Amino acid sequence: MSHLDSLVPLEQSVSTRPESDTTIKSDMSRRNANSWFTPRVGLSPGRNRALGIASFLLPLILWSAISYLPFLWHPNIKITDAGDVSYFKTGMQVERERFETEYGKLVTSGGALPQGVPTNPVYLPAPHEVATALYTSFTTEPRRKSEQWFHESLWHSITIIFWGFTLSSLVGVPLGVLCGTYAAISRLQEPFIEFFRYLPAPAFGALAVAILGIHDAPKIAIIFIGTFFQQVLVIANTTRKLDTALVEAAMTLGSGKLALLFKVVIPGILPDLYRDLRILLGWAWTYLIVAELIGTSSGITWFITQQARYKNFDNVFAAIIIIGIIGLLTDMLLARLAKRFFPWDKSGDKQSAGA
Amino acid sequence: MTLEYQQQTIEVRDRFDKLKARDITLQVQSLGKTFSTNGNTVNALTDVSFDVHRREFMTIIGPSGCGKSTLVRILAGLEFATSGQVLLNGDRVTGPGPDTGMVFQTYTLFPWLTVKKNVMFGLRNRGISESMALQEAMQWIDLVGLERFANHYPHQLSGGMKQRVAIARALAAKPRILLMDEPFGALDAQTRAKMQSYLLEIWRNIDITIVFITHDLDEAIFLADRILVLKANPGEVQELIEVPVPRPRLAGQMLETPFISTRQHIGQLIHSPSSEDDGLSEVIRMTPVGDEVEPQW
Repeated sequence: MSHLDSLVPLEQSVSTRPESDTTIKSDMSRRNANSWFTPRVGLSPGRNRALGIASFLLPLILWSAISYLPFLWHPNIKITDAGDVSYFKTGMQVERERFETEYGKLVTSGGALPQGVPTNPVYLPAPHEVATALYTSFTTEPRRKSEQWFHESLWHSITIIFWGFTLSSLVGVPLGVLCGTYAAISRLQEPFIEFFRYLPAPAFGALAVAILGIHDAPKIAIIFIGTFFQQVLVIANTTRKLDTALVEAAMTLGSGKLALLFKVVIPGILPDLYRDLRILLGWAWTYLIVAELIGTSSGITWFITQQARYKNFDNVFAAIIIIGIIGLLTDMLLARLAKRFFPWDKSGDKQSAGA
Repeated sequence: MTLEYQQQTIEVRDRFDKLKARDITLQVQSLGKTFSTNGNTVNALTDVSFDVHRREFMTIIGPSGCGKSTLVRILAGLEFATSGQVLLNGDRVTGPGPDTGMVFQTYTLFPWLTVKKNVMFGLRNRGISESMALQEAMQWIDLVGLERFANHYPHQLSGGMKQRVAIARALAAKPRILLMDEPFGALDAQTRAKMQSYLLEIWRNIDITIVFITHDLDEAIFLADRILVLKANPGEVQELIEVPVPRPRLAGQMLETPFISTRQHIGQLIHSPSSEDDGLSEVIRMTPVGDEVEPQW
């Protein structure tokens, strides 16, 4: 019946039945709530999923278009027949302009004309090439015996991140919690940390090598420097956001100073602290590439630079994508675990809805 | 001359005689509190003195800005008075502790603990073993009628249930006095009325002294033995009223003379022109002033 109602033209339904005015209004507001663009209103699970997939699909479609539609970009010509141009070789890429000049010369002077197909520069491989490389990069044997397989360099990077982040957290989390809890510690620590966090971590590269040698230690140190100072400030802020009334309630229930810290402040901020660490872990990854360039290049950075040198740009893209996948998967796993760890935390539901 | 609200039946007078014969639990002696912000000093409380007897139910009421929240926070030891002192059973209150239980207006249950663990919190602080604490906590949870929810987390409870747990949690710590800072302020009217009856029921059954802050006249009268009426700017005691309504209190009494006359009297005290509505009355006067001016032209 209500379906039929909505089929009646608007003016008619208003003129014949003025009381239906309200139903039309509520209908409109409902449609409004159902809109894609209502500020601060969540989407249905179906739309959530669709948009989540689209967020990956859109760049992929763009990339495919540039790669597979010869009239889009394709600034180079891949030679299929060198003709009479002395320096052209089959399979080589030349810029479109160069090709056209040489072609023009031969048209006027007479001779075998070169042939070629439009192509993108070697540094932009097509999606299918990268997709294959996601697999073949793991199976490509290193060119030299001393070099590492891809999975080995990947694992090396992961251990660097792990140690840099773990060491930073071992100091940074307790210090952050103390800063957020006690004004005295905050005043003693935070002004300096506030200053230090503006110093770019890579700037300490040379120093780190001088002190810690050329192997893994300086890399771990860079991750540490990049993470630690932010970590203390972020966690101090999170700690300060804990409702003071909870602490006061505990005091009226006879909690001593230590109990306040360990039984109220720490359990109270735990879900937020965990969320902070998830975000900070993401930041730690961004310092990885710089860190691995310091001293002897290693890990995934070494792999990427090496493959770029060999012009295996499909492997370069594959390696970058795999970093992204590892990051995304760890975060999704950590979000999943948070639900198990903190069953009382309601704000967590919103956060992990996207994952 | 005795006003209507001061006329007490023999029964009520008898109750007050008994009450005043009991020990004094809380003694507040010429309490003063000044805040200074940006060089301006604000007198929040001036020379506030009163006594609360053992097992008395006292409510404190006053217009907003009269410092009633500050007062209760000082009583709890969460803030410090600029002058005067607070004695609890003769001992000076120097900081928060398990002697002064408190129920806050905002929900302060620990969200990471279940109902039963919340109630056990104060017991565990007293060094009672886990199993003993659990046993005792369950009795308190029974008392507030939430035994079915013992294993729930606070976010699974309604506002009224949360405050019932908060009361159980505060009482389980065995305080000498229970301070309540507008504990039902965030609840809807119906839940609020139920909670008031609940609270009176609990108070009747155990040995506890309660000081209850509210800005709701009916609530103040319905619950109290005596009402401390504060006035704003600076926060001062205006009157200490003995509520002439007999106990046990029932909702029906709110329509009877003792209740209504008390209500009228406090209403007049709180809404007297000296209170902070000054700005408002000036705004209201503006139109007639304009009208008067016009004929002169």
